[in-house]
Amino acid sequence: MITRRKLIVLLPAAALAWKYVLAGTPETAPNYNRSEHWWGMLLDIDKCIGCGSCVRACSAENNVPEGYFRTWVERYHIADWQQETPQVDSPDGAINGFPPSKFEGGKNFFVPKMCNHCVDSPCTQVCPVGATLHTPDGVVLVDETYCLGCRYCIQACPYGCRFLHPTKHTAEKCSLCYHRITKGLTTACCESCPTGARQLADLKNPNDPIHEFLKTHSVQVLKPHLATGAKVFYHDLDGSVR
Amino acid sequence: MPVDGFMYPNEIELQWSVLIVVYPFVTGLVAGAFILASLERIFHVTAVKPTYRLALLTALSFLLVAPLPLQLHLGRPERSLEMYLTPHTTSAMAMFGFVYLWYLMAVILLEIWLEFRQEIVLLSQSSTGAKRLLYRALTLGSSNISEGALRVDDRVGWVVTLIGIPSAFLLHGYVGFIFGSVKANPWWSSPLMPVVFIFSAMVSGIAVVLLLYMATSKMRHQPIDMRCVDTIAQYLLYTFIIDFGLEMLDLIHRIYEADESFRSLDFMMHTKLFFSQIVLQIALGTIVPILTLGAIQVFHVPEKMRRLAYAVCGCLTIIGIFAMRWNVVIGGQLFSKSFLGYTTYKVDLISREGELIAAGLLILPFLILTVLVKVLPPWPKAEASSAD
Repeated sequence: MITRRKLIVLLPAAALAWKYVLAGTPETAPNYNRSEHWWGMLLDIDKCIGCGSCVRACSAENNVPEGYFRTWVERYHIADWQQETPQVDSPDGAINGFPPSKFEGGKNFFVPKMCNHCVDSPCTQVCPVGATLHTPDGVVLVDETYCLGCRYCIQACPYGCRFLHPTKHTAEKCSLCYHRITKGLTTACCESCPTGARQLADLKNPNDPIHEFLKTHSVQVLKPHLATGAKVFYHDLDGSVR
Repeated sequence: MPVDGFMYPNEIELQWSVLIVVYPFVTGLVAGAFILASLERIFHVTAVKPTYRLALLTALSFLLVAPLPLQLHLGRPERSLEMYLTPHTTSAMAMFGFVYLWYLMAVILLEIWLEFRQEIVLLSQSSTGAKRLLYRALTLGSSNISEGALRVDDRVGWVVTLIGIPSAFLLHGYVGFIFGSVKANPWWSSPLMPVVFIFSAMVSGIAVVLLLYMATSKMRHQPIDMRCVDTIAQYLLYTFIIDFGLEMLDLIHRIYEADESFRSLDFMMHTKLFFSQIVLQIALGTIVPILTLGAIQVFHVPEKMRRLAYAVCGCLTIIGIFAMRWNVVIGGQLFSKSFLGYTTYKVDLISREGELIAAGLLILPFLILTVLVKVLPPWPKAEASSAD
């Protein structure tokens, strides 16, 4: 039974704790050692239903400005053998999902897109001041306090994953929810995906299910001919996807 | 609707505006004007001597403006000094500051100072008031104009020019490399890009000095040295042929190879870039000047007609090279990296990266040049004294 005296003690404690309940994150992860992780992601084309939950979650989590995207979903339609000319759309990055398709028959599927956190990332290579950087745990980040806004990295990204923030005037992209994954959480997009089409993968963790998945399934990365060392793996990626 | 087909959602907005068109155009004029100047100094092409000093001052005027479009374009211009303080060694762009400073300080300013030092010293002694102070400052404390000292100036100037030629190639080849090394963009990604940039720079620099020489002669009521302009026109033709050959090699290679990007690039050349690439750059800006300059080499053309032809060819060349920069910079951003769609570039009239600013940046070098020729008259000595 809570007495009046206990309530006086509990209320300020609850008020303090509420801040973290609202933030949805634990305070810190003091045991996180960056050299013990190597982050990537698995995107399962077969599971994606194009609902746009990931886009909405990413937008809310990272305050992504309207009209710009750290992640988005594309819808592909291939009528027959025309692999080189698929019909693709992504209305508002699929933040509100997709309207019914105007095509009938053929092959139809959704492709979530995001920064590939490449090992040999062209964006990092071209940044004139090193504001785009590789973290020791394999994430490509932008230091917004250092970026000049020259946009060379945006030009160099083969996947169209970067944009210039309209008010900060610095380059912006998916951070793989670095503020979350270093605290033991998964990314906002993975957490919100209702079908498990997105799975955060720690390639250095031998117990991560990604290893078993990579050994037993057909996976591909986007634009492999560019040899960027992409770490976002797609399961059952169609050859028409660019 | 600005988009045809499909573009990645972040691609719809163009990142590099008309200011990034102005940047390679202006640096090209610098490199080209300097290389023309070096013809006289290093290769002893005495016919072009009347343009030597004018070419140097032209190079300086454009060089002073070259970083402005970049500075205006940056999202956070207040951080631009970071490129000097903490350059990222793997970035081609990080080298801009150093290449620029080297070219400005070690080549252009030094060569101009050595070339004009005698006049500066004499003017510091003969002028009065503020002018005297200005010229005294420009002597940098070195007022020895004995024959021996001038001989040393000449020798050092020759060495500076010798270093300046590869530096000019470096300056503009580097600009080409910035584009040519972007493997994500097939319109840019080409090892030929730096070479094409160097030769197109030479073409534009030679053309601008040719035009400036003829215009300034007319304004000063001095006869145009036809031997000089005929020689410059010859060099313009030779450089043009190499430049056009390289560009056609690149184009034919793309057409014949027809890789995955070809459909997109082919579509653009037939639609969005038809006017700027086919009409302005290739037809009017290249083929017409080459044919005209070539015809002058073959047929006997009267002096007056030649002057007119050179003026028209010079103007068309400048327009063509500007169109070439436009087609590289803007053209390379009009198609999606998915090769499935196209966007449109709408340039504002009044904005930080708008038409007015771009036009201002193109006019500014001529204003700087006007001041420079007042301070350091580049005209031949005999002519300057006869004008007095």
